[in-house]
Amino acid sequence: MIKFFLMVNKQGQTRLSRYYEHVEINKRTILEAEVIKNCLSRSKDECSFIEYKDFKLVYRQYAALFIVVGIDQTENEMAVYELIHNFVEVLDKYFSRVSELDVSFSEIHLL
Amino acid sequence: MPAPIRLRELIRTIRTARTQAEEREMIQKECAAIRSSFREEDNTYRCRNVAKLLYMHMLGYPAHFGQLECLKLIASQKFTDKRIGYLGAMLLLDERQDVHLLMTNCIKNDLNHSTQYVQGLALCTLGCMGSSEMCRDLAGEVEKLLKTSNSYLRKKAALCAVHVIRKVPELMEMFLPATKNLLNEKNHGVLHTSVVLLTEMCERSPDMLAHFRKVRQLSSSQLVPQLVRILKNLIMSGYSPEHDVSGISDPFLQVRILRLLRILGRNDDDSSEAMNDILAQVATNTETSKNVGNAILYETVLTIMDIKSESGLRVLAINILGRFLLNNDKNIRYVALTSLLKTVQTDHNAVQRHRSTIVDCLKDLDVSIKRRAMELSFALVNGNNVRGMMKELLYFLDSCEPEFKADCASGIFLAAEKYAPSKRWHIDTIMRVLTTAGSYVRDDAVPNLIQLITNSVEMHAYTVQRLYKAILGDYSQQPLVQVASWCIGEYGDLLVSGQCEEEEPIQVTEDEVLDILESVLISNMSASVTRGYALTAIMKLSTRFTCTVNRIKKVVSIYGSSIDVELQQRAVEYNALFKKYDHMRPALLERMPVMEKVTTNGPAEIVQTNGETETAVLETKPPPSGLQPANQANDLLDLLGGSDITPVIPTAPAIKPACAGGELLDLLGDLNLTGSPVSAPAPQIAQPPFLLDGLTSPPLFNDVAAGIPSITAYNKNGLKIDFTFERSNTNPSVTVITIQASNSTELDMTDFVFQAAVPKTFQLQLLSPSSSVIPAFNSGTITQVIKVLNPQKQQLRMRIKLTYNHKGSAMQDLAEVNNFPPQSWQ
Repeated sequence: MIKFFLMVNKQGQTRLSRYYEHVEINKRTILEAEVIKNCLSRSKDECSFIEYKDFKLVYRQYAALFIVVGIDQTENEMAVYELIHNFVEVLDKYFSRVSELDVSFSEIHLL
Repeated sequence: MPAPIRLRELIRTIRTARTQAEEREMIQKECAAIRSSFREEDNTYRCRNVAKLLYMHMLGYPAHFGQLECLKLIASQKFTDKRIGYLGAMLLLDERQDVHLLMTNCIKNDLNHSTQYVQGLALCTLGCMGSSEMCRDLAGEVEKLLKTSNSYLRKKAALCAVHVIRKVPELMEMFLPATKNLLNEKNHGVLHTSVVLLTEMCERSPDMLAHFRKVRQLSSSQLVPQLVRILKNLIMSGYSPEHDVSGISDPFLQVRILRLLRILGRNDDDSSEAMNDILAQVATNTETSKNVGNAILYETVLTIMDIKSESGLRVLAINILGRFLLNNDKNIRYVALTSLLKTVQTDHNAVQRHRSTIVDCLKDLDVSIKRRAMELSFALVNGNNVRGMMKELLYFLDSCEPEFKADCASGIFLAAEKYAPSKRWHIDTIMRVLTTAGSYVRDDAVPNLIQLITNSVEMHAYTVQRLYKAILGDYSQQPLVQVASWCIGEYGDLLVSGQCEEEEPIQVTEDEVLDILESVLISNMSASVTRGYALTAIMKLSTRFTCTVNRIKKVVSIYGSSIDVELQQRAVEYNALFKKYDHMRPALLERMPVMEKVTTNGPAEIVQTNGETETAVLETKPPPSGLQPANQANDLLDLLGGSDITPVIPTAPAIKPACAGGELLDLLGDLNLTGSPVSAPAPQIAQPPFLLDGLTSPPLFNDVAAGIPSITAYNKNGLKIDFTFERSNTNPSVTVITIQASNSTELDMTDFVFQAAVPKTFQLQLLSPSSSVIPAFNSGTITQVIKVLNPQKQQLRMRIKLTYNHKGSAMQDLAEVNNFPPQSWQ
């Protein structure tokens, strides 16, 4: 099951967040900060799956934006990795050459 | 009041904020504006305000005052209002707020709306945050929508149904009839969501699972074949632009179907059989050049491993994993290592083939991969590859990150204990671990190690020499120093006398030894426990060394005034020993006896017999310490059919009597005979049968089958019970008895139950029997294994009770077994 879906930039600002389980609002910011710290410390050669607390993070970097999805043990990590890419392709089609600004400004939630 | 700014403006202004404080200020100003606008009940701009509020909520600021506004938006007729309203509801509301129940009516109306988009919105919201009450009220509507022909609505309804089932499992039955036709759709969206719905149902309720597995006659609606058909179409069909992802048709659906097949096939032979072909097809036909193909293969492998697949398929799956391991992409290697870890229990041999690749992964740069490779390597260590694996693992321990070192060290200790080919190798390995990762070793490893060293009597000189050399250079690693001080204290005389068979003996004087122990005592790096060890060691050396007793006395008296209470107490007591009880000193500080090993992790007994608590040891130890090694010598030499041995009180070199044990192990381990002439002739006589015993018949432990004669424990009324014995050399107080029950009458004996009782000083463990029927005419036997723990080496006696049915009547008998051969319990 997917627990959450985040788009965070390198400075730690959240561009999009969608939680599929209830998380307290102050815990969300802490969670996002920790997650981005974990992802930033990985080099390019390392694999995209990190074990964090009791679930796994699947992340993918697109220019200055990190897309991170938190999943639990039952999910297929590679399928989620593909899902992230699919999502980005959809955004690309919708905005024709999407960039971070598009993500911030548009009502991407509705998508 | 001027019109509230649009969302874009807000975002733009927030982006210009350079500090967190500025941003907060802007947001607070905007919140105030929004709040006053809400109070004015302005319909036209409500939508805009709520959108801004949602943005601020996403950034992490509180936005609960917007909840009621969301409800008002939902109730409005405009689509844009509804859209924002539902979005707000999904983000801001959840079942903890009381307000959400007010939404129920709105959603109900919207579910029956004429526009499908509105219906879709309502379904989404319900599926996202519906509480159990809402779900119960609205489940009927959802079910109705599940049956419509509109595929847009159908897929949303299916997802909503998943949420309803999660919240209110009792409603699952309601959705069952609707699922019958779900898989007949062409639309992939609907297919995907229906598969999700079916997966959820099967996971939640075993009844549902059974229902779906059932083979229905003449019906084309059997689930497994339907799924197989859909999957086949996906693979075989040509290029379809709307579903294509890098050349593969709708991989997400494929993965989902594979997962559902996994759940259906688990523990079920019929379903598994139906799936075998398609799984093989997917496994061979999928392209592996892109990540997509690999994702599908990964899911396929997981499915094959979980269901009752045939062995050819399993081998195929493991080969796929092996191929993954060789791939350059890190993600794939990580995934392969994870799956291999799951399967190593069941398909051990197949995974062994890939051992060298796994060991290579230990050298990878990536942390996640290294961790997985380490866990997998430990799972793969066995008696055959232990030397090679250990070399690699020790090298890994050298170079890995600190967070791994503790786990790795513990793993190495466990593996070494189970599979050590020889004592010398075991000690070498442990020393290597102590010197490389000494400070990360767990505290209870120290007593275990000490106990191991005392057990390997012939290695004492070698061990103490190596330990001495190790701490000469560096005495900062506490566990290493503790073990070394203990050993030097015990075997210092061996060190000084320069006798060492395994290595070049080094010339050490007594003064040098005392120097090193004193520097450990003085050093700031030593923990207080370590200092305790060092002080005790110095004291013990007073009986072993001859010329430096005065120096020892001086050291001990200095510490009589130490600040550390523990040290002070010890020093004062030792001082008293020198002054008033000097006549007792040699007896008290004699060599420690071989310690009993209780369990691998058992701390209690070992800690008590540890050299540390010598103050408690004062009264009891000297007489038994002489007997123990001699007893061991007795039974081992008996086994070899050697001559009778008189018990030897161990003083300085206690190597000779108990050396025989080491001989036997060395024979089968390294095949090089070392040292002591006493027992050398004996092994040569008895050698051939033991080697053959050890190699041909598979022993219960990885040790020698000791050739103890078997006995007939009971023989009455045609029922005969034989006992055969095995002893373990790693734990001399455990005897394993295998009973064989045979029946020489002309009728079978059924419901045979064997029970045994032993005197209080023993412990008994009965494993389960091979069966409960003894066939007639001695045509078969029942075997059962009994383990007896005999720590005090008393004569083994057993009372047995047999119950069985024979010739239609129940029989019961009690008997005592007294004819145990001495070798089975000594």
